[in-house]
Amino acid sequence: MERKTDNQFHHALKFREDLCIGCSHCMNICPTEAIRVSHGKAQLHANRCVDCGECYRVCPVGAIIVEQDDFENIYKYNTRVALIPSVFSGQFPDSVSSGEILSAVHELGFTHVIEVEEGVEFLNDRFNEYIRENQAKKPLISPFCPAVVRLIQVKFPTLAGNIILLKAPVDVTALHTRKELTDQGIASEDIGIFYVTPCAAKIVAVKSPVGEEKSVIDGVINMNYLYNKIFKILRQKKEKSEVTGFSHLSGKSICWSLTHGESGHMTQGRSLAIDEINNVIEFLEKVENEEIDGIDFLELRACDESCAGGILCPGNRFMTVDKLRKRAVKSGDSKGNTPESKTGKISMNDSFLLENIPLGPVLPRSIIKLDDNMSEAMIKMKRIYELNRVLPQVDCGICGSPTCKALSEDVVQNQASIKQCIFVQKILEQNDKMDMQESIQIMKSIWSDNKLDQNSLKDEINEIN
Amino acid sequence: MSSEKMHFEYRVEGGNFSEAGYPSSQVKKTLKQLNVEGNVIKRTVVALYEAEVNIVAHAYRGVIAVDIDTEKIIITLTDEGPGIADIKKAMEIGYSTATPEVREMGFGAGMGLSNMNTNADKLSITSEVGTGTIVEIMNYFHK
Repeated sequence: MERKTDNQFHHALKFREDLCIGCSHCMNICPTEAIRVSHGKAQLHANRCVDCGECYRVCPVGAIIVEQDDFENIYKYNTRVALIPSVFSGQFPDSVSSGEILSAVHELGFTHVIEVEEGVEFLNDRFNEYIRENQAKKPLISPFCPAVVRLIQVKFPTLAGNIILLKAPVDVTALHTRKELTDQGIASEDIGIFYVTPCAAKIVAVKSPVGEEKSVIDGVINMNYLYNKIFKILRQKKEKSEVTGFSHLSGKSICWSLTHGESGHMTQGRSLAIDEINNVIEFLEKVENEEIDGIDFLELRACDESCAGGILCPGNRFMTVDKLRKRAVKSGDSKGNTPESKTGKISMNDSFLLENIPLGPVLPRSIIKLDDNMSEAMIKMKRIYELNRVLPQVDCGICGSPTCKALSEDVVQNQASIKQCIFVQKILEQNDKMDMQESIQIMKSIWSDNKLDQNSLKDEINEIN
Repeated sequence: MSSEKMHFEYRVEGGNFSEAGYPSSQVKKTLKQLNVEGNVIKRTVVALYEAEVNIVAHAYRGVIAVDIDTEKIIITLTDEGPGIADIKKAMEIGYSTATPEVREMGFGAGMGLSNMNTNADKLSITSEVGTGTIVEIMNYFHK
């Protein structure tokens, strides 16, 4: 039943059946239990997936890929803008200057290269205003990380109303850039704005945004793809070209996408920063129980070390953080109050932006509810409880579901059979309720024929005995 | 109307603040699975947590019984403890008999009973000094 609505949720993570070996590593790590194994392949339940990318990290054969737009798409536009997040420069060795990176991005075909964090100072002021004006909704949750926004929608629906309804820095910078270029007389349809993304969640935020109709960004380029292209250009260069680096960003802006980047700059009350999706889940459970008191603002990021740990970042996340912090110190002022940065490119009272940065409501779409009808849900809950009680609680995943509890739920939702449990099979066999052929057929239907091929252990079989 | 019903119970140990919150967390999970409206879940969980902390702070031990049907949730907290001499007074905001140790842990500010009252559709408290207290919280799912 769940599957029917699956295609309405766009995901940047794709599972390549031809490469998947059905090892179930992804199923076991998925924080929203969005993956099952069937016929020897990982299957994604699209309505449960939040694009956090944990599965991508653990896949041993690279069968999980991150979709991206064809790079040639940039040539559909005369004016081609690359929006580069500050973590990008942190991917390169110290010997590569930001000027070199910048000129290489130009060389690839972009007419304008702009850092995503230019919108940060403007947005920080708006956040502080928002927190002051929305004291009743405490704790307010940053909308920065799209995986967290989606996690709240599916797993913590009661907290959906706590999300700050303002766009992310990348959208602010994109809006401002487009406005600036059209003000110069360039037609809006000739401007293509491309975002270089550190993760899958940000792709989904562009392709199927929450709280807005359509994104202001025209396309995405995966960070590891751009990294490779630029590295090649830098390698082939004989002499170092003398170009000026990125525009002056405040220290605050440079570190905005790192852990504590936002939380350190909220002037109202008490702020907390939490990174890594399992930490976020643990904390949100407590927030939902009202066990946590007195927090005004929550910065929540799905990746360890926030965007420096994005799945598309080729560099080591700890090294990236160090490089960005050093760059922030160099920029002179980590609090970001230098005159240049305050007056920066974006005016604090930019009326066009003020009008365009609010988001529509973030609607809950619970994966937790068992049924829309409450008495049906109660019947299902009782059955799940009863089933789960007889299962071994080993959470071995042999049934193709991540836990015994998940199998109980799948059975009750008509998406699995209790006979998929290997322990249940053994019990049935002892009672002559199942023969070996049937149990082998069931195992084959979960793990594929070749994993249970009778002839596959031919040489070893005598030794084993 | 369907007559589906559910019942479960939790035991609470006096003085064990570090474990407080488990029943409210379980009740929250259940109500989420039953597709109960978010605001009702919030209010129920707040009222239950306050009531549970009261047992932990004041009583020796207690039992929390949860009864759910398609209309409402009834939570009955029965404790063995000192009881409340003046319930009306205990309901006043800021009134507290919590020990300094309990206050030091961030509890016992005298908001518990009034907080429970605002988050419950029906709240009844009966108590016998020297024996214990029974708190009944009722919240409706549909209004």
